[in-house]
Amino acid sequence: MLDWLDPLALARWQFGLTTLYHFLFVPLTIGMAFLVAILQTAWVRTGKIKYLHLTRLFGRIFLINFAMGVVTGIVQEFQFGMNWSDYSRFVGDVFGAPLAMEGLLAFFLEATFIGLWIFGWDKLPQKLHLASIWMLSISTAMSAYFILAANAFMQNPVGFRINEELGRAELTDIGAVLTNPVVLAAFPHTILASIMFAAVVVVAVAAWHLRRGQYDETMRTALRFGLVVNLVAFAGVALSGDQLSLVMVDTQPMKMAAAEALYTTSAPASFSIFSWGTPDGSSEIFSIRVPYLLSLLSTHTLTGEVEGINDLQAQYAAEFGPGDYTPIIWVTYWAFRWMIGLGSLAALVSVAGLWLTRGGRTPKDWAWRVAIWSAPLPLVASLVGWIFTEMGRQPWLVFGLMKTEDGVSPGVTGLEVAISLIAFTVVYGALAVVEFRLIRKAAIEGPREWEAHDDPDEVDVQKLATVY
Amino acid sequence: MDLAYLWFFIVGFFFIGYFVLDGFDFGVGMSLPFLGRDNTDRRQLINTIGPVWDLNETWLIVAGAAMFAAFPEWYATLFSGFYLPLLLILIALILRGVSFEYRHQGRSPEWAAAFDRMIVIGSAVPAFLWGVAFANIIQGTPIDADFEFTGTLLTLLNPYGILGGLTTLLLFFTHGVQFVALKTDGELRERARALAVRSGLVTIAVAASFLVWTVLQHLDIAHLPVLLAAAGGAAAALIGSWLANRAGRDGWAFGLTALTTALAVVAILAALFPNVMPSTTDPAFSLTIENASSSDYTLQVMSWVALVMVPLVLLYQGWTYWVFRKRVTRQTIELAEAVH
Ligand code: HDD
Ligand code: HEM
Ligand code: HEM
Repeated sequence: MLDWLDPLALARWQFGLTTLYHFLFVPLTIGMAFLVAILQTAWVRTGKIKYLHLTRLFGRIFLINFAMGVVTGIVQEFQFGMNWSDYSRFVGDVFGAPLAMEGLLAFFLEATFIGLWIFGWDKLPQKLHLASIWMLSISTAMSAYFILAANAFMQNPVGFRINEELGRAELTDIGAVLTNPVVLAAFPHTILASIMFAAVVVVAVAAWHLRRGQYDETMRTALRFGLVVNLVAFAGVALSGDQLSLVMVDTQPMKMAAAEALYTTSAPASFSIFSWGTPDGSSEIFSIRVPYLLSLLSTHTLTGEVEGINDLQAQYAAEFGPGDYTPIIWVTYWAFRWMIGLGSLAALVSVAGLWLTRGGRTPKDWAWRVAIWSAPLPLVASLVGWIFTEMGRQPWLVFGLMKTEDGVSPGVTGLEVAISLIAFTVVYGALAVVEFRLIRKAAIEGPREWEAHDDPDEVDVQKLATVY
Repeated sequence: MDLAYLWFFIVGFFFIGYFVLDGFDFGVGMSLPFLGRDNTDRRQLINTIGPVWDLNETWLIVAGAAMFAAFPEWYATLFSGFYLPLLLILIALILRGVSFEYRHQGRSPEWAAAFDRMIVIGSAVPAFLWGVAFANIIQGTPIDADFEFTGTLLTLLNPYGILGGLTTLLLFFTHGVQFVALKTDGELRERARALAVRSGLVTIAVAASFLVWTVLQHLDIAHLPVLLAAAGGAAAALIGSWLANRAGRDGWAFGLTALTTALAVVAILAALFPNVMPSTTDPAFSLTIENASSSDYTLQVMSWVALVMVPLVLLYQGWTYWVFRKRVTRQTIELAEAVH
């Protein structure tokens, strides 16, 4: 068989691409549902028309994005069976349960209340309609919880035993699976990172209009709201990220060593800002380091010992047999830095924004441009964060239990995977362009003329009615 | 192990929900070129399912996830084995799903027409392929000792599989057109009823041959009466629906195509039982309820979740349908077009 038709490599590319693609939309869904719920609550509470306009505008952006999240999610659900059938046979007993719970508890709720929210403006009493966006927000978070719990099992398997006879992992404690220390930290981290992204989108849209002097009062509210939310969320992301690091050192020390390109075990360990290793990755040539910082991050003490790649490799080889247990160092190393760096940059921009707009001030033109162009930062940070998490787990598919190469579907040929990979790439590529244009168009259009009323008492729910 | 049998029916129940509900979405989608004379018509058609299609489609996700949790081996064999048909279904569902939301975001007629085409294709392809897939599951496919499917795409495109596909395609089409008759008014409703009379006849002919063929293939199973009752019931309900439509009883006509769909799935389950994927290579390699299922503990956990959640889900979904119970009139669409 031709080399490029290697089913394993293609299946990995396909899973990575389609999952990253799904996660292009998920953060905006999770974050924006929450922000729109807050904005609509503000409208119902205060009756101020500007909140209604913001609810409608960001609600529209939310919906354009939501459609993509749903359709790409379905692919995810079936890909385990399609491309990773041996994996599904091995962990299905454990892994299927959180997925099924996600469907029964979260997706049904989400899919029901999205319809009620979109089409319910003129059919539900105001309070009930408001409740439906909150239900939506809660259900998106719930779905994230269950899927992250499933993923956490792959990072740190708990609550199971190996059934030698059937050759599979079997669930013994669902509570342990759902309270895996990895998911407890990853859940707030992911949700808050998503809220960061939604907040900077709000900021960017507001900046676009303010730069042109449109809808001044409404957009200034949106701007300050987005800036503050972004900062608060960032604080939470950093805190939970710190917690996540601690758990990671405990459960997957190799990932932390790879994230730091730390080749030899050190105490105290320094944090490297920039590093260059030999091409074969076995040792380091040059680096710039901050003393003690890595020890502090990994153990919360100044001089704690951090294990190095070379020692861990020897240790794993002794435990699991000969083989390469090191992930691709440059990927993990840079992904970790870009995640933190880009997210922090977004927070910095927000601090600057709050300062520049304090007391009703209007900043210079370049500042608006910066605000608009920094919108993608938290999204890219989240994506590289996932690349770090998932590629840092390699060569394991389920840490310590199953290697990625053993999980792939034996019956699916390279040609079949190549066909699906091309099909997904083409369809996803085209839809990404469409979705981006539609969101941009909605953002630029701003609050719709026909929705504008000066007198809040005159809001006519009939006019808010939505039809496809 | 007994819980595994329960879960066979629960998974079956989710598939019944999926086909009954998303089935009429497919039908409405496929009816666009037949019933949608102008843009307002087409919007009226799409809006009959606007608030509920996502909810209906979610039944598939839940059915798939329940299969994964309760029968990992079945999930793994089925979806890796039927790789390419499933890929087509997924692509179709993607195109259909985004089209509902994106169709009305543009202003030009070409924009809307492009998304209309995607809705039609995105509805017809799964409507056909689900039938092919399920017909092949009950007929049996080449499966080896490791539970791996060893056939190709062509293995699945056999006469019985294709007849199964045509059956679901036509059944969902008629089911959807009946739904249109139930949910619209005026001229569109009349046209839908007339169309259902014609498509109903073809559906009855094709579905009857599929059911007869299915029964003939399974004359040796111990619970033949169950299969006969389900298949017979499905046929009777389909004829009843056709009669109700002629009598102008939209609600009955739609309810009876729903019943037909549900009973057809019951017939499929009966034909399968106690296998979940029979092997034509060697009966010893068949996946059964027992050898494909999860451990007892997992099934217990999932049973509790299902026991609490399924009634709740049915309750709030029923409520949603009640909220959107009114017919979608031409006037609603025209009003929206005037305002926006
Ligand atoms: C806006 C996005 C963003 C930002 C600013 C950060 N992260 Fe993050 N991080 C993510 C977005 C993200 C993510 C995409 O959401 C990940 C991928 C998997 C996960 O659970 O969250 C992630 C994973 C992730 C992991 C991997 C967990 C594992 O593999 O088990 C660690 C250790 C951290 N993060 C730590 C941090 C620290 C110490 C940060 C300091 C500020 C930080 N992250 C900022
Ligand atoms: C949405 C955020 C996620 C992203 C962006 C992501 C990304 C990736 C990437 C890039 C890989 C490829 C790694 C490699 O092969 O080197 C991968 C592998 C994998 N991920 Fe994730 N992942 C995410 C979440 C999840 C979740 C929640 C699960 C499970 C519930 C999961 C299951 C898997 C599996 C089974 C693989 C194995 C395939 C492989 O190694 O290529 N992922 N993921
Ligand atoms: C690789 C594993 C994943 C699978 C199997 C998966 C599955 C799905 C499915 C089936 C849907 C569609 C639901 C519907 O029809 O309403 C969906 C949407 C969603 N997913 Fe994923 N997903 C994965 C990764 C993730 C991750 C890592 C997160 C969050 C941390 C996430 C969060 C969501 C959310 C919030 C939605 C609903 C909103 C939307 O549709 O955009 N997913 N996912």
